[in-house]
Amino acid sequence: MSKKEEKTEYVKNGKRLDGRGTEELRPLKIEVGVLSRADGSCALEWGQNKVVAAVYGPREALPKHIQNPYKALVDYQYRMATFSVPDRKNPKPGRREMEISKVSGEALEKAIFLERFPNTTIDIFVEILDSNAGTRVAALVAASAALADAGIPMRDMVSAVGVGKAGGEIILDLNKDEEDAPDAVDIPMAILPRTEEIVLLQMDGLLTPEEWKKALKLGLKGCKQVYEVQKEALRKKYLEAEKEESEPNTETATQEEGE
Amino acid sequence: MASDIVLDLRADKVIEAIKLGKRLDNRKFDEYRKLKITKNISENANGSARVLLGETDVIAGIKMVPGDPFPDTPKEGSISVGVEFLPLASPLFEPGPPRENETELARVVDRGIRESKCLDFEKLCIKEGEKVWVVFIDMYTMNDDGNLFDACSIAALSALLETKIPKLGDEYKIVKGEYSGKLHLARKPLLCTTTKIAGHLVNDACFAEEKAMEARFSVATTEDGYMAAYQKGGSGSFSPKEIDECIDLSFAKAKEIRKQL
Repeated sequence: MSKKEEKTEYVKNGKRLDGRGTEELRPLKIEVGVLSRADGSCALEWGQNKVVAAVYGPREALPKHIQNPYKALVDYQYRMATFSVPDRKNPKPGRREMEISKVSGEALEKAIFLERFPNTTIDIFVEILDSNAGTRVAALVAASAALADAGIPMRDMVSAVGVGKAGGEIILDLNKDEEDAPDAVDIPMAILPRTEEIVLLQMDGLLTPEEWKKALKLGLKGCKQVYEVQKEALRKKYLEAEKEESEPNTETATQEEGE
Repeated sequence: MASDIVLDLRADKVIEAIKLGKRLDNRKFDEYRKLKITKNISENANGSARVLLGETDVIAGIKMVPGDPFPDTPKEGSISVGVEFLPLASPLFEPGPPRENETELARVVDRGIRESKCLDFEKLCIKEGEKVWVVFIDMYTMNDDGNLFDACSIAALSALLETKIPKLGDEYKIVKGEYSGKLHLARKPLLCTTTKIAGHLVNDACFAEEKAMEARFSVATTEDGYMAAYQKGGSGSFSPKEIDECIDLSFAKAKEIRKQL
């Protein structure tokens, strides 16, 4: 929110302040199955952002009156650790976290075959351990990889990315410096990559319809790049697991492996 | 979620009608209900408005209060947007602290106003680093017959347009009943929401239609061709083409509503 007094050039000779190109993601690392007690889990690092997601369920929804006899509920909790931002964050969940939790949960609802699990809840907990812009999309990417790790049937994984504007340029995956640009526009978006259905879309800043067209194109492309990293993380765990299973090793591969 | 059988049946009716190209109240898909704005409904507020959108009924009131600036923006005032779903407005609303629906609505209305830069925060500075104006925009629902988002946005803007700045006496104390001028708005941001029902795009959904909707998409637009906020909600999805249609609809509908402010 702080305005820069001097005029900063956010893109110079096609390079951004951190050396990335305008359509380049920050380094993204995803690992699934990192928490043994959870039904599915994921650790994700995306630039400075550091996120851990866990999935519990489908399990009986309680208290009983919240149960839906037609489908599973999705309870998504996005939380930031107190030390994850420059000033200490109040540990009490704020309005921002509440809103992000709501729209992110709704984004995942479209992906999951909820009707297969009536009267249950699928609980998704995401904790932000370190942040530098784009944490809600990082959380969502981690959450959907964790859902897949939990073996929950889905139409597709949800993939997400931030896109926006800084210094008059439309760029992919804004970092904090770019998000603080005086003319910054931030557009978190999430899609089901196979069908390009948009399941989360938010924006704040001043944007024209022409700029949006560019941003959308860039965002779709970015989501698909992220999607590949998600799939790779799952492949890595489950192909390895398969290899281990084929070898007659007695003590590994217990039911903790999920699917 | 306790399912109300009557509501489910009505939602089925809505979907049947939409599939036939109709709405239960015979509106066109992009047609808003009758809008009635009553300004200055509260003398003690610095600005206020009551908005009726069909049967949906909301009130917005503004209070300007001298407050401490944020440390990183010593010469900027600020806004604070809140909404309360009063239990008198619906059998589904319960008393208590704001929940996620209220929080989402308030934050989306907030973004539309804040990001449109209709208020110059530097002009809300009283003394740099010491005192700035905080504009509290508080909204209350009186009756929920759907589309609270747009109704609240209209109410907030209408109230802001009427807002008088309180006169300050010694030690930044407000002089009761006296004003130093009107609050200046550089733009008129309005939020318009399009819902998707049975695969069709429908504006200004009433409560029964909201029960039947798959998803909604709200866009805050300004009269000079900018968009200041997006919010997609609901468990369904939109194709990129549908998003573009929603954006066009939001610009067109906001233009119509602006004439009635």
